Amino acid sequence: MSRESSDSKPIAEVRVGPDLFHALCWVASALAVATLAWIIYEIVTSAWPAIQKFGFGFLGSSSWVPNREVFGVFPFIVGTVASSFIAILFAFPLGLAIAIFLSENFLPAPVRQVIRFVVEMLAAIPSVVFGLWGIFVVIPIIKIFGDWAVKNLGGVPIFSGPAYGNSMLTASVVLALMILPTVTAISRNALTAVPKTLREGAYALGATRWEAILGVILPTAAPGVVAATILALGRAMGETMAVAMLIGNSSRLSWSLLSPGGTLAGLLANQFGEAEGLQVNSLMYAALILVVITLFVNVLGELVLRYTQSQTAGIR
Amino acid sequence: MTEDAARSSATQTPGRPDFLTVRNFDFFYGKKQALFDINMDIPEKRVTAFIGPSGCGKSTLLRNFNRMNELIEGVHYSGDIKLLGQSIYNKEVEVIALRRSIGMVFQKSNPFPKSIYENIVYGLRISGEKKKSVLDEAVERSLRGAALWDEVKDRLHESALGLSGGQMQRLCIARAIANRPKVLLMDEPCSALDPIATVKVEELIHELKQEFTIVIVTHNMQQATRCSDKTAFFYLGKLIEYAETQKIFSNPGQKQTEDYITGRFG
Ligand SMILES: Nc1ncnc2c1ncn2[C@@H]1O[C@H](COP(=O)(O)OP(=O)(O)OP(=O)(O)O)[C@@H](O)[C@H]1O
Ligand SMILES: [Mg+2]
Repeated sequence: MSRESSDSKPIAEVRVGPDLFHALCWVASALAVATLAWIIYEIVTSAWPAIQKFGFGFLGSSSWVPNREVFGVFPFIVGTVASSFIAILFAFPLGLAIAIFLSENFLPAPVRQVIRFVVEMLAAIPSVVFGLWGIFVVIPIIKIFGDWAVKNLGGVPIFSGPAYGNSMLTASVVLALMILPTVTAISRNALTAVPKTLREGAYALGATRWEAILGVILPTAAPGVVAATILALGRAMGETMAVAMLIGNSSRLSWSLLSPGGTLAGLLANQFGEAEGLQVNSLMYAALILVVITLFVNVLGELVLRYTQSQTAGIR
Repeated sequence: MTEDAARSSATQTPGRPDFLTVRNFDFFYGKKQALFDINMDIPEKRVTAFIGPSGCGKSTLLRNFNRMNELIEGVHYSGDIKLLGQSIYNKEVEVIALRRSIGMVFQKSNPFPKSIYENIVYGLRISGEKKKSVLDEAVERSLRGAALWDEVKDRLHESALGLSGGQMQRLCIARAIANRPKVLLMDEPCSALDPIATVKVEELIHELKQEFTIVIVTHNMQQATRCSDKTAFFYLGKLIEYAETQKIFSNPGQKQTEDYITGRFG
C-alpha cells in the first residue's frame, strides 16, 4: 500500500510539468500564427482601396506619381528581385567557400573558431550601420569601379553609363555582406551533418581531400546548401534600411547595374512617413506583395531544409 | 632470402604467408597507447580474423593497414607494416595509391547518396577512368563478386539509399572490390545485419578469398570459426595469440584466449 502511493506521487508531479509546458507552447505558437494572420489582415484592409482601383495592373505598371494618384510597382518588384539575386551571386560562392573551410580541418580549430565568430557577428550589425558603411566605404569604391567599367565595358548593357554611387550594384554588394552569415551558417551545418562514415568511405577508396569534398561531401550537403541560399534570398528581399540608403530609390527601370534602382522595402521606408490617401493604400498594396514574395521564398527554403534533413537522416 | 622463402611456401599454401607483415608496432592516440608491440604475418588469399573484447585495438590495427588513422589528429606510431615486402610508411608509397590497393568495408554500411552504379565506379572515376565500357564491366564484375548483381541489375541507376541494409553492405563490398585491391579489410561487416544477410556476406567472404587477402574484425565467435583460416586474439592492445583458427578454438595456447572464446570474460 504505502509503496504504491509513493510510486504514484512522483508520477503525478512529473505530469504537471509537461502539461503546463505543453500548454505554454500551444499558446505561444497560436500567438505567433495569430500575429501573422493579424498583420496580413491589416495590410489587406488598408491596401483594399488600391487593390480595387488598380487590380493586378499595379504589378505591371511602371509609373509611381503620387500627386496624380498613379501607382505601379513594377520597377520596385524588379529591383527587389534583381538586387537580391545579385547579392546571392556574390554571397553564395564566398559563403560556401567559408563554410567548407570551417567544416574541414584545413586550418587549426582556434583559427576556425575566430572566423566563424567574425562571420556570425556580421549578422549582429544593425542594418543602418551597414548603410552608413556603404555610404562611406562602398560608394567611393563602386564609383571608381563604375567609371572604369563604363569606359572599358560600356558596351555591355549592365555596365552602361553614367555610373552613379547610389546604385543597384552598391546595394547588392552590401546586401551580399549582410546575408553572408546566413549562407555560411546553414551551409556549414549541412556540411558538418554529412556523416563521418561517408568521408571515411571516400578516403578509403583513395580519394584525395578535394575529391572527397567535391565528389561526396558537397553533393550530400547540396540540398542544405540550396536551402541556405533560398533563405538568404528571402532575407535579402526583405532587407530595408541599408538598401534604402544605398540604392538611389529611383522608379526608372534600367539595365545598368551602375544606375539607381528601387526595392519594395525601400519604397515603403522612404514614402510611408509623408504619404496620405490613396498613396497609403498603394504602399500597403506594395507591402502585401513584398510579404507574399518573402513568405513564399522562406517557406520554400524551409521545405528544402526539411527535405534535406529527412534525406540525411537515412544515411547517418 | 625472403623471396626464396616466400616462393617455397607458396607451393604448399595458396599464397605468400607474409603478404602483410606487422613488426614491433606501437600505436598512440595522443598520449594514449592503443597498440603494444604487435608482430604478425598475414597470409595471402586467406581470411584472417581479429577477435577480442571491445576496445582492445582490433579496429586500430585494421585502420593502420590503409593508414586511415592518419585522418585523426595527434596520432603516432613506431615499428613497421609491410605490404608485399614494402613498408606502407615508405616515403615513396603514396597514401592514395595504398588505399586504392587496400579496400575497406566498414561496420556501418556507408553508400554514397548516389546511384548504385555511381557508388561502384567512384573509386575508378577518381583514379581517372573514363571509358564507359571499362566502368560498365567493373560494375557487373564487382556486383557479381559481391553476390548482388541479380538483385540490382535492373536498377543500377536508382539511388543506393533505396537498398536494404544487407544489400547496402554488399554494395559497399562491391565498391571496395571494384578497384581490384590486393587486400580487403572488413571491420565488423555483419554487426548491423540480420542472420540471413550475415550468411550471405559470410558466403561471399568464402568466394572472395580466392582473389583477395581478407582481414575481418568480428565479435562473433561462430563467424570467426565459420569463415576464417587464421585468428588473432587481442587483449588490451596486445596480440595475445595468433594461430590457425581451428587451433585457437579447439586448443588455445593461452588462458586469456580460452576464457574469451568460452565467454568467461568480462
Ligand atoms: N579516435 C580515437 N581517439 C582516441 N582514442 C581512440 C580513438 N579510437 C579508438 N581509441 C581508443 O583506442 C583503443 C582501441 O580502440 P579500437 O577502436 O581499436 O578498439 P576495438 O577493438 O575495435 O573495439 P570494438 O570492438 O569496440 O570496436 C580504445 O581504448 C579506444 O578508446
Ligand atoms: Mg572496432
